[in-house]
Amino acid sequence: MRQEPIAPHALPFPPLTRGWGWLAWFSTTDHKKIGILYMVTSLFFFGVGGIEALLIRIQLAAPDGKVLTPQEYDAIFTMHGTTMIFLVVMPIFIGLANYLVPLMIGARDVAFPRLNALGYWVFVLGGIVLYLALFTGSLANAGWFSYAPLSEAAYSSRPGVDYWIVGLIETGVGTIAAAVNLLATIVRYRAPGMTWRRMPLFVWMMMITSLIILYALTPLNAGLIMLLGDRLLHMHFFRANVSGGSAILWQHIFWFFGHPEVYIMALPAFGIMSEVVPVFSRKPIFGYTFVAGSGIAIGLLSFAVWVHHMFAVGLSTPMNAAFSAASMLIAVPTGVKIFNWSTTMFRGRLRMTSSMYFAAAMIIQFVIGGITGVMFASVPIDWQLTDSYFVVAHMHYVLFGGSMFGLWAGVYYWFPKITGRMMSERLGRWHFWLAVIGFNMTFFVQHILGLLGMPRRVYTYPGLPDYAALNLISTIGAFILGIAVLLFLWNLVSSFRHGEEAGDNPWDAWTLEWATTSPPPEHNFEKLPPVRSARPLFDLNHPEYADHARSSREAKA
Amino acid sequence: MHNLYSTVASVLSPASPYAADIGRLFWITFWISMVILVAVSAFVIFNLIRYRDRGQEGLPPQTHGNMVVEVTWTAIPLAILVVLFVLTMQTMAAVSPSSHPKADPVNLDVIAHQWWWEFRYPGSDVVTANELHIPVGTPIHIELTSADVIHDFWVPELGRKMDAVPGHPNTMLIQADKPGVYLGACAEYCGAGHAWMRIRVIAQTESDYQNWLKAQAQPHPAPKTSLQAVGMGLFNGLTCSSCHVVKGSGQPEGHVVGPDLTHLADRQTLAAGVVPNTPAELKKWLADPHSIKPGVYMPNLHLTSQQLDALVAYLEEQP
Repeated sequence: MRQEPIAPHALPFPPLTRGWGWLAWFSTTDHKKIGILYMVTSLFFFGVGGIEALLIRIQLAAPDGKVLTPQEYDAIFTMHGTTMIFLVVMPIFIGLANYLVPLMIGARDVAFPRLNALGYWVFVLGGIVLYLALFTGSLANAGWFSYAPLSEAAYSSRPGVDYWIVGLIETGVGTIAAAVNLLATIVRYRAPGMTWRRMPLFVWMMMITSLIILYALTPLNAGLIMLLGDRLLHMHFFRANVSGGSAILWQHIFWFFGHPEVYIMALPAFGIMSEVVPVFSRKPIFGYTFVAGSGIAIGLLSFAVWVHHMFAVGLSTPMNAAFSAASMLIAVPTGVKIFNWSTTMFRGRLRMTSSMYFAAAMIIQFVIGGITGVMFASVPIDWQLTDSYFVVAHMHYVLFGGSMFGLWAGVYYWFPKITGRMMSERLGRWHFWLAVIGFNMTFFVQHILGLLGMPRRVYTYPGLPDYAALNLISTIGAFILGIAVLLFLWNLVSSFRHGEEAGDNPWDAWTLEWATTSPPPEHNFEKLPPVRSARPLFDLNHPEYADHARSSREAKA
Repeated sequence: MHNLYSTVASVLSPASPYAADIGRLFWITFWISMVILVAVSAFVIFNLIRYRDRGQEGLPPQTHGNMVVEVTWTAIPLAILVVLFVLTMQTMAAVSPSSHPKADPVNLDVIAHQWWWEFRYPGSDVVTANELHIPVGTPIHIELTSADVIHDFWVPELGRKMDAVPGHPNTMLIQADKPGVYLGACAEYCGAGHAWMRIRVIAQTESDYQNWLKAQAQPHPAPKTSLQAVGMGLFNGLTCSSCHVVKGSGQPEGHVVGPDLTHLADRQTLAAGVVPNTPAELKKWLADPHSIKPGVYMPNLHLTSQQLDALVAYLEEQP
């Protein structure tokens, strides 16, 4: 039970921000406060994006919906996608990582605390600018991937798209700053003894995510500036029929960002799964090296699959074939993760907390999103199903059934660390079952709608009985899901106020964040246990089974 | 006529060799996927039930991994995907225009517009809007372009979908095995009218198709009643003819802005599928296009009821 003192060089001492009351939240450079700011901001936008989703479903509940005009509907689905991706899923994971990564690697703060604050506030500015367009009477309405030439001034002459571009450039800058910071922190400030192979898998996944952000968000911002140039300065990067302009160029630039973006939103959830499943199975992760390694493989391959968003564009056969192969290939490392999580549960001692329920549902739902993903990698199937409701179903199974359920597993798991209080398991169970029912009811039927020929992004549809029935089921499911989300928010608020006291390590978990108080002090740790494996607290509590002594034990036996 | 949409246009009820090829590939992939999904779900649920913590003492076995198992579950999916990739390449070739000889003279030009379809039948100067006539049993080569933004031509029962990209002409194949009406729609979001940019393919026997084409090649019928004559005058005198063509109206045929209205009475729907093509619906449409298809570029000309009746009589004139 030897406690090693912390090496002073590993821990930059954060500037203290005492006093100031609530104003301190504006000036803070504490990674934990900034993490909370990110997460609370994302929850706010989750509400906005959720209301937009419900408006979409109300409009589509029956044929000939008259709740929204087509122009309003177009703006709402554009903002729903943009909000959920850029203002909810990405920043909520960045916020969680901001809070947890320094704690998990035994650091006092991130490498660049002021850059961290800057990144957050620029992100907030971007979110505000996106919605400021409301005051011009025209929200962006060219879809979340704003295909040229529809997004060009000739077809979207009102300023909504300009606000969309500037807002995304700003959130992009904020996200890039956060990624640089996380990378530098992980590379430079790991506790003594924490080698790459002893790093928590959540930290691994955030490191890969940060690298993807650096290489994906930068081309997006370049493309956005080009589009803004087309719109405001009469340039012609993407204006077809003007010399040199190409509508397809925009798609290449956008999806070169857009597909890695899917993994920016998925890898953090994979990281959460790789922490939650072992702890509640009371076993180490099965195949640590393969879980980390498959993350690297996904990170690299994510830059070689973007054309599968463009199979219907009419590119050459070799081009389609190459990207089809790469897109199928990425299913392999993703499958490896699924198999490792489910095998971690095998012969474990499963503690069925709300967190574990969400993790288990995530595995199954993510498999559904994964196999439909393989269908889209197969070019001819894509030629039938892309741009139909099948793709809407697929992407929500990945991003909601996968990422969001993974995030919920993480929230139930780390809420006690962040607030010092346990979340209500009773509300958690209600939240879980309503979310599973609501989610699958909303999106499963959309697979069928797509197969029955319903295109996506339509504000209404012909009054066929099949379309009407399936859309109504989907809408009812969306409201059940909405109730689940309200219960979740209520659980957050009521548990924050009246939850049971958590103590330092309520789950008997193994990574360093559980070695400090809940919530941690501003400087994070008084002392760190020695890091001799990926489970330092396990080694501390079970010296006879310590992971780092495994090879010598096996040699004796 | 009032039931414009009686059946869905399902990917799973193919009516052409190409849609059938893709459908077969879909089902193969689907069943492989189901095996994987059922296996993983069963394993997870088995674990949840069998290994639930029942308060036992001590720790479960602390297994860290197994190289053989890892290699196996990397290799098996890889092998499945190699098979799937080979099938993908075969199907791609089977449904591509390059592997099917061109059947003269059927070689269609499809031009997508916000928010309607222009179909040009080469070998004749016949032009239709939103309704495409094809002969059955023969591969139809489509030359696909767009006049403005990106659209996408999709008739699920007859073949793949393909984007209509400005400045990037595409070719694709469709075919209908049996006579009938096949429904489709624009699949790429293209602005306010995207939901009402629907396609209707009318597949006919070779002789029916040739007869139809001959009839369409005739000019629009000359006015037979005085009301129709007034209508033709209005068509030419108001601004209608600056956007629309009616062959035989006496106006020069210029730049295409709106649908060709020659032989309008032959068509089943108005406004790319919103309402059935009846004189009553046409009158409503002319009186206020935006109430029927919001966002449409056709202006409301604020016509009087008499003007509307005359225009409807002329445009809906039967041959």
